[in-house]
Amino acid sequence: MDDAELRRLAPVVLRVLVRRGADFATAEDAVQEALIRAFDRWDADPPRDPEAWLITVAWRAFLDLSRSDAARRAREERVEAEPRGGEVPDVDDTLQLYFRCAHPALTSSSAVALTLRAVGGLTTRQIAEAYLVPEATMAQRISRAKRTIAGEGLDRPGDPRDVMRVLYLVFNEGYSGDVDLAAEAIRLTRELSTLVDDPEVDGLLALMLLHHARRESRRRPDGSIVVLADQDRGGWDTDLIAEGIAILRAALERDRLGEYQAQAAIAALHADAPRVEETDWVQIVEWYDELLRYADTPVVRLNRAVAVGEADGPLAGLAAMAGIGDEVPRRAAVAAHLHEANGDLDVAARLYAEAALAATNLAERDHLTRRAARVNQLR
Amino acid sequence: MAKYLFLKHYRGGPTPTNDVPFDQWTPEEFDAHCRYMDDFAERLKVTGEFVDAQALAADGLWVRSDGAGKPAVTDGPFAETKDLIAGWMVVDVDSRERAIELAAELSAAPGAGGAPVEEWLEVRPFMTEPPVIGG
Repeated sequence: MDDAELRRLAPVVLRVLVRRGADFATAEDAVQEALIRAFDRWDADPPRDPEAWLITVAWRAFLDLSRSDAARRAREERVEAEPRGGEVPDVDDTLQLYFRCAHPALTSSSAVALTLRAVGGLTTRQIAEAYLVPEATMAQRISRAKRTIAGEGLDRPGDPRDVMRVLYLVFNEGYSGDVDLAAEAIRLTRELSTLVDDPEVDGLLALMLLHHARRESRRRPDGSIVVLADQDRGGWDTDLIAEGIAILRAALERDRLGEYQAQAAIAALHADAPRVEETDWVQIVEWYDELLRYADTPVVRLNRAVAVGEADGPLAGLAAMAGIGDEVPRRAAVAAHLHEANGDLDVAARLYAEAALAATNLAERDHLTRRAARVNQLR
Repeated sequence: MAKYLFLKHYRGGPTPTNDVPFDQWTPEEFDAHCRYMDDFAERLKVTGEFVDAQALAADGLWVRSDGAGKPAVTDGPFAETKDLIAGWMVVDVDSRERAIELAAELSAAPGAGGAPVEEWLEVRPFMTEPPVIGG
């Protein structure tokens, strides 16, 4: 039994407990205890029926927690108005779990943590390591999140967009600690796509797969960044690309475009080019124009300017940057790149150095510093 | 064992021996510098003396309360003249001498022309718990 299989069972067991009448918050704690025990014991003594084992252990943990809670609760104000299993028979339990964990009353960081634990089956320690915070802090964040949603009724239908936003955030966090958050986000988005009839969910899944396909080529062994143009395309995962493109194509055919499908289309056009010179920048610009209709943000405009620079030349790219404020992240880096392409090396070197100083992560700062150094040599 | 903080400054400290801004180095010189820093941290992990290393973005500002119910007062971004911390490393070592030895080694990272930067690092001991014996 590998960890992924164990994690897949976590929401299954949680649903069983809730259906038996357990309240969500305590049931979730009970499943977490059962998971930790399984991690400890299964290597040496694997059960014949993992699901039954987990349900039994989690149910016992729930009863223990409820008993010890009873005394405490008598003193505390009871804030919970948990819907019981069976009272909402029309709504798919698993989907309900996703909606609950991505509830709009939660902050992004709380929704991410609760989703990873309750739906993803990660332990508090693993989540804490992935986000580089102490385990006690993460435990507190999760129990506060559960208290927040305990007071919120589930009288309105959940919005898949809330869930997609949470999964997008998890994916973007990438990799730190012993859990691969990008792979976890893909697994959960894949499951979501079977539960929700929305081509945007498929668009998000395609977007993740297409970016995941390039992950090995994005960094050198020392952690430094390799930009898209310089990546070894032979290192891209062609199976993931094929799967992403197939999912995207099926989604686009349904003619309900949205921002994730548009982003995935841009990623697909990059993935489609066997050499960087063969990139179809004109079509990429067109997709950025589509994307702007759904998400008109300075960041999208900035990325569009890069594409315009490739399609119509660096001066057109610089013109497309008009109206993008200095405070927009990576603005100086993009301007530097376009000036370099236009042969204004003095301006490019100054802007690269400025961009390096404004960078918010070390890999990007070092990358921009190297660019500044290289352009300075060419002057 | 005692913990020491090595503070690295973007500016505000005394001038290093090899004082050339990063962007004036060659890419190879910059690579060599980064490698030296990574290797240094790796070595301290092997010796069991490494605790933490973090870098700070250059962006920042001063903030203070302006009384209950009122929005915070801010002053920033930092003026060009302000002392600016770039990051830190925390080590757990046997002696003050060892802390100084390590800080000097870190300061010798290569810079422009391959010569050591010899930048000044601020070395600060952590406050400790009171001892049990004699306490």
